[in-house]
Amino acid sequence: MARTDIKYLNNNAVDKRPKKYCRFKKMRIEYIDYKDGEFLKKFINEQGKLLPRRITGNSLKFQRKVSVAVKKARQMSILPYLGDLLK
Amino acid sequence: MSAQHYEVMVIFTPILSAEEFKAATTGLSNFVTSNGGTIIAEDTWGLKSLAYPIQKKTTGLYFVMEYSTETSINHKFEIQMNRDESIMRHMITALDKHAVAYNDRKRKGIKVQPIIKRATNGETLNSEA
Repeated sequence: MARTDIKYLNNNAVDKRPKKYCRFKKMRIEYIDYKDGEFLKKFINEQGKLLPRRITGNSLKFQRKVSVAVKKARQMSILPYLGDLLK
Repeated sequence: MSAQHYEVMVIFTPILSAEEFKAATTGLSNFVTSNGGTIIAEDTWGLKSLAYPIQKKTTGLYFVMEYSTETSINHKFEIQMNRDESIMRHMITALDKHAVAYNDRKRKGIKVQPIIKRATNGETLNSEA
């Protein structure tokens, strides 16, 4: 991790974070299955709410597919609507 | 009308015994076949704990079935499932071609690798995710 105690004149290099990418485009995944809860858990936070795109880094097309899949999983009680799921 | 691919997921009440559960699932598949549909795959997950209580019960018997029928059959299927008290919850989802391919791969247990390189003519080298 970059050392935070040193203060650079222009600290553009200090907190350079990796470019976000859409995992579905990179992995060529086309269908998001609502049945496997483990994979969908990556896209919801501790209270079971859907994470926004700026955090998951998904493209718009796949963020919508993820939200549809999560809502179906909630309907079939694979994922809780609200819960303190210990991730 | 063209036959579409569908997938139904049903949650039965956990008080069903093994034979009743078996009879109920075969009843569902018979309904589809008798109406001119074809069953592609059946998958019984059995007793699973629910994420939240449904009808005061915390566990349910899960059953997933993939089939392809005419589009008009599903309406009758829904009515029949609504009438059945042993079914707590059901959901029919339409499957597009990617979903059907995904389910086939999952059944065959093909490991999914990300595609690193594409051939010059744009055709993918190894299996598609």
